[in-house]
Amino acid sequence: MPLYILKRFIMMIITVLIIATLTFVLMRAIPGSPFDEERTSNPTIQANLEKFYKLDQPMPIQYLNYLKSIVTFDYGPSIKKPNESVNTLLARGFPISFELGMATIIVAVISGIILGTFAALRHNGIIDYMAMTFAVVGISIPNFVLATLLIQQVAVNWHLLPPATWSSPKHMILPVIALATGPTAIIARLTRASMLEVLTQDYIKMARAKGLSPFRIVARHALRNALMPVVTIMGTMLAGILTGTFVIEKIFAIPGMGKYFVESINNRDYPVIMGSTVFYSAFLVFMLFLVDIVYGFLDPRIKLHKKEGEV
Amino acid sequence: MDVIGQQLANASSLENAPAIKEHQPGSGIATEENRKQKKTISQEIMLSVRDLEVSFKTFGGEVQAIRGVSFDLYKGETLAVVGESGCGKSVTANTIMGLIPQPPGRIRNGEVLFKNRDLTKLNKKALREIQGVDISMIFQDPMTALNPTLKIGEQLMEGLRTHHKVSRGEAKRKAVEMLNLVGISNPEERLKQYPHQFSGGMRQRIVIAIALICEPELLIADEPTTALDVTIQAQILELFDEIQRKTGVGIILITHDLGVVAKIADRIAVMYAGKIIEIGNKREIFYDPQHPYTQGLLNSVPRLDLQEEELKPIEGTPPDLFAPPEGCPFAARCPFAMEVCERVYPATTQLTTQHTVDCWLQDPRAQSVIN
Repeated sequence: MPLYILKRFIMMIITVLIIATLTFVLMRAIPGSPFDEERTSNPTIQANLEKFYKLDQPMPIQYLNYLKSIVTFDYGPSIKKPNESVNTLLARGFPISFELGMATIIVAVISGIILGTFAALRHNGIIDYMAMTFAVVGISIPNFVLATLLIQQVAVNWHLLPPATWSSPKHMILPVIALATGPTAIIARLTRASMLEVLTQDYIKMARAKGLSPFRIVARHALRNALMPVVTIMGTMLAGILTGTFVIEKIFAIPGMGKYFVESINNRDYPVIMGSTVFYSAFLVFMLFLVDIVYGFLDPRIKLHKKEGEV
Repeated sequence: MDVIGQQLANASSLENAPAIKEHQPGSGIATEENRKQKKTISQEIMLSVRDLEVSFKTFGGEVQAIRGVSFDLYKGETLAVVGESGCGKSVTANTIMGLIPQPPGRIRNGEVLFKNRDLTKLNKKALREIQGVDISMIFQDPMTALNPTLKIGEQLMEGLRTHHKVSRGEAKRKAVEMLNLVGISNPEERLKQYPHQFSGGMRQRIVIAIALICEPELLIADEPTTALDVTIQAQILELFDEIQRKTGVGIILITHDLGVVAKIADRIAVMYAGKIIEIGNKREIFYDPQHPYTQGLLNSVPRLDLQEEELKPIEGTPPDLFAPPEGCPFAARCPFAMEVCERVYPATTQLTTQHTVDCWLQDPRAQSVIN
């Protein structure tokens, strides 16, 4: 197990490095610079600015500086907001985005699994049809459309919940619903499909022949086996939710990372682009790693490591 | 398969092929078998199936899987139910066990009497108190019958802990005892392992241990050796025999393998198209089969003692159970079929105390057929 984790860790570092390099190349491939403004400024000031941010040096040196900043986790100040370093931006914005993302994942997983399980247990029944109708609708409606609909109806017309910002748990409800509906629908469909398959397995029949209660059969024998595909999709879904937060944050005026991220690209704010991309990709790669670990716990047949003497 | 051949060869008094119309009551109750088996089969009926009819709704209509099955099981005996695929063997087993999903399944008629209760009329909760406790089931494929994500120990103990509310320690002690009984060495360690760490034969032993842990009175084994290697088959069959002698459990053995039957059955019920067409003790069925189908079944098994090169399969296919024939379902394939066979289902003829057959050839008006 420790060996496996070490191996995975090295792979994770390489992955992040590749992403970082690609980001660097793409970032510089976009025409324009952070100092482009409508009014052309004094060339000396421009040169001084470039010197201050070390943008006057040759590309390979800049790339090395960039790698160094990744390793030391110090990206320096933002170009557009000189008073704030990239780290303070991340420290301020990421926890909020993380909260939104995690709340979404938790809501999506729990409600998706429950919905899918009941749909499978009542196969071709009214619950099944309702759940699957919801799933199709949920997958089809983009989250930004749902977000604006929710604001219009729930917040503006009915005055039930606050329409924007991020200051109390009440404020979380609408953005989380908007963001979680799609993933919930996908998880529900997956759970249903794999649950239907598991329920026909011999070991379920055997569990019934043991005289176990229906609840125990589902909770203990069926669910764990049915969840494998759900865990598999969790990794990619996380990526989707993380990027989804950018849009949702914009709509609900949530002060998370999304705003800075999008702005930084528009402004060619190199340090912020680099910092947030590397941070996000590192986070995502780590989550994928967690998913693999969970996999091993769910299914003992998947071995994460080789024991001595075993093949 | 060759077990039969050997058995037939061993039985010195009966070297010839099964003959029709030659009742030999008492003859060939061979001695070697009886000496070996010290089983005690009492005359007490433990399970009684009466006129059972089960059907399944499908898109194409209603399949009449079982069309009036009746038999008794005595305490401590092994009854084998044989027949080709789709004849209703497994449906019979699942109905007794209460595992027929309703819908699409439907028990149209009949009763399954066990301990003075009709199992087909019990509600689910009452049924659960019998499932796994009084009646247990062993499934065909040990590779799929165990949950791959749960440890063997948990799968063994959960039935016991659900039904008898024993402590964890007590359950574990019992689980170890069961693994010992089914011949798995180092049980304490094995309890902590997962199914994929066992071979097929070992898994079937575990499935048997799970079935027996609550000390049931009746064990239903649905093709328990079909998915196993021949060498492992023999071991598992011996295990059945041994367990029956130790615990006195009654066994209903569903199989299409006559070799298995020859080895451990006391009585044999032959099923065809949802009906039991002949039932009798092992000797009567093997050496004195009366129904042409039973004869055909025996003839289609390779035998070592006969010099014939070719097997004699039963020509044709079983009838469509969406619309079963009115008369004898075997009539279309039967070499001795008469006009009456296609119109009216034959009455049951009692040949000996245990041997009965449903065939028009038993009627005094029928011509005698001699092979």
